[in-house]
Amino acid sequence: MLNNNSILKVNKITTRFLTQDGLVHAVNGVSFNLKKGELLGVVGESGSGKSVTVLSLLKLLPMPPAEIVSGQAEFEEQDLIQLDVNQLRKIRGGKIGFIFQDPMTSLNPVLTIGYQIAEPMRQHMGLSYNQAHKRSKELLELVGIPNARNCLSSYPHQFSGGMRQRVMIAIALACNPKVLIADEPTTALDVTIQAQLLDIIKRLRKELGMAIIWITHDLAVVAGMADRVAVMYGGFIVEEAPVEELFSNPKHPYTLGLLKTIPNLEGKRAEKLESIPGQPPNLLVKPLSCPFGPRCNYSFERCNRENPTLIDRGKNHKVACWLNADSGERL
Amino acid sequence: MIHFIIRRILIAIPTLLVISFIIFALLDLAPNDPTGNLPMTVPPEVREKIRVSLGLDQPMHVRFSMWLFQFFVNEPLNLLHEGFGITIGDSENRTRILSWSTRSSVIDLIIQRTPQTLWVVGLSYLFGILIAIPIGIISAYKQYSWFDQVGTFFTMVGFSVPTFFTGMVAIIIFSVQLKWFPMIYDTTLVVDSWSNFILQVKQMLMPVMVLALYNASQLSRFMRASILDNLNLDYVRTARSKGRSENAVLLIHVLRNSLIPVVTLIALGIPTIFSGAIITEQIFRVNGLGQLLIIAIESADIPLVQTLTFLFAVLIVIFNLIADVIYGILDPRIRYD
Repeated sequence: MLNNNSILKVNKITTRFLTQDGLVHAVNGVSFNLKKGELLGVVGESGSGKSVTVLSLLKLLPMPPAEIVSGQAEFEEQDLIQLDVNQLRKIRGGKIGFIFQDPMTSLNPVLTIGYQIAEPMRQHMGLSYNQAHKRSKELLELVGIPNARNCLSSYPHQFSGGMRQRVMIAIALACNPKVLIADEPTTALDVTIQAQLLDIIKRLRKELGMAIIWITHDLAVVAGMADRVAVMYGGFIVEEAPVEELFSNPKHPYTLGLLKTIPNLEGKRAEKLESIPGQPPNLLVKPLSCPFGPRCNYSFERCNRENPTLIDRGKNHKVACWLNADSGERL
Repeated sequence: MIHFIIRRILIAIPTLLVISFIIFALLDLAPNDPTGNLPMTVPPEVREKIRVSLGLDQPMHVRFSMWLFQFFVNEPLNLLHEGFGITIGDSENRTRILSWSTRSSVIDLIIQRTPQTLWVVGLSYLFGILIAIPIGIISAYKQYSWFDQVGTFFTMVGFSVPTFFTGMVAIIIFSVQLKWFPMIYDTTLVVDSWSNFILQVKQMLMPVMVLALYNASQLSRFMRASILDNLNLDYVRTARSKGRSENAVLLIHVLRNSLIPVVTLIALGIPTIFSGAIITEQIFRVNGLGQLLIIAIESADIPLVQTLTFLFAVLIVIFNLIADVIYGILDPRIRYD
């Protein structure tokens, strides 16, 4: 199954949350394929299942209430979903690194930066305290923190948000991971810091040659960084295509709507930004029809009856829609 | 940090002076007669002479100043003289704070009583902590498991049932019925042989356990809540994403954060070792400081009540400061400058 240039092959992951209100269908059979050295952007609004999908891969969700119902994730000839927590621990932070959204809360406030960076190295590479300390310094320099030596004995509260996120990147990269999962790493930061961090990731990606899954709801970030983009909605991937193809030729009505919400520098001043009418889907309802159907301008009878599957429409462009956007043909 | 401590000590001085005055004033304003316990046959003139001999004919400010001088100057100088052989001034004719009912030095009485209290109440506090922290951790980590349910039940019972009740129940079961442990704490027992040591352990066991149960109940609830507060925070997920084991996540990452409020609470609770076990000491006849205070109150021994209460206040002020300092050490976000 696993072809040579693929490093992580995710197949039909389904994750649910058992809450007091009922079963939340957070991720409903998501499949994607991450190639070596590739940067896959995953976009979608809040609650579309982006984070839950990647957290499910390494079981970093609180379980219960979360439950991975089915699916496979092939990584280095192992199915991550079948592994127990002790086996996953060898992969977490070692071969797969994580960067999380909020750098203000993602670091332990009472442990030094140096200790927190050294942790994965001592865990996975068996480095001694001194070796880990030395490499921690190098890592901090790599992510552009000046005066790295002093920073190692500092505590997170002494750092700004941007600095903390650099520390998070250093932690994620500490063991030279094959895959880096970045879960909205720039969302909590202001725009100039965001740009700096994107540059760092771009540079390190070239230097270290890892594959990256980049989760964001910022389409501009995806346009500038990603090789391929997956658009998620209501716990499904609704469209997946190489980045240029997706932006120049969006085929799913939701993607189309998303792209229209981006302000255009060349547009007329008075022009109003478009929005997608309606509400995100209620995840408590088991999705049996197209999740975007109720908000879609193009929906027809079949959309309310059956959920479309992801179909390749050529040029590696996959869409889950009953309407063929090119021909206007209703399937 | 040093500046902070010095500033706090300087603030503590007026605080304690005000406290000592309030205690003195309250005791003085209370309708209290040191001769009230004497037989009715004692004529009023004799009673009046007794009052004069106790210094009660002096106005209040004179008596308060006397007490202050005796407590802050004479008693420390006397301790230096007796403890270290350092003599400053006239140590023979120095007036000391004297108990009205026993006519002996109040400080000597307190020094006599302190070891029993420290052994019994101090040990119970220590055991309480040692029991509470693991129970709190496991209860929180395995929330709603049978361990947590059973633990919650027992801590609720231990917390809500007063020690004079659990103490009585323990005495009835273990002393009266089973005759395992002695009912009365024997202070004259000198531990000089193995069998005496066993006796000492036996007579300490019940009061220590009754108090430990109470302390552990309270603390383990705090520990559990504090761990639960931290368990779902983002940094815990980060620690897991590094591949750290659950033990390391719990004992290094979560515990370090959760202990901050708990350690503060423990430090703040230490003064209650000296004062708080008043009722338990009474029930088990441990003649410690708590019992001394009760006897003093019953016999209207104002100097003893005044001195003991003030010492408790001093301890509370000191341990408040210590708690603040520990807080600053444990939590790097707190800085005092």
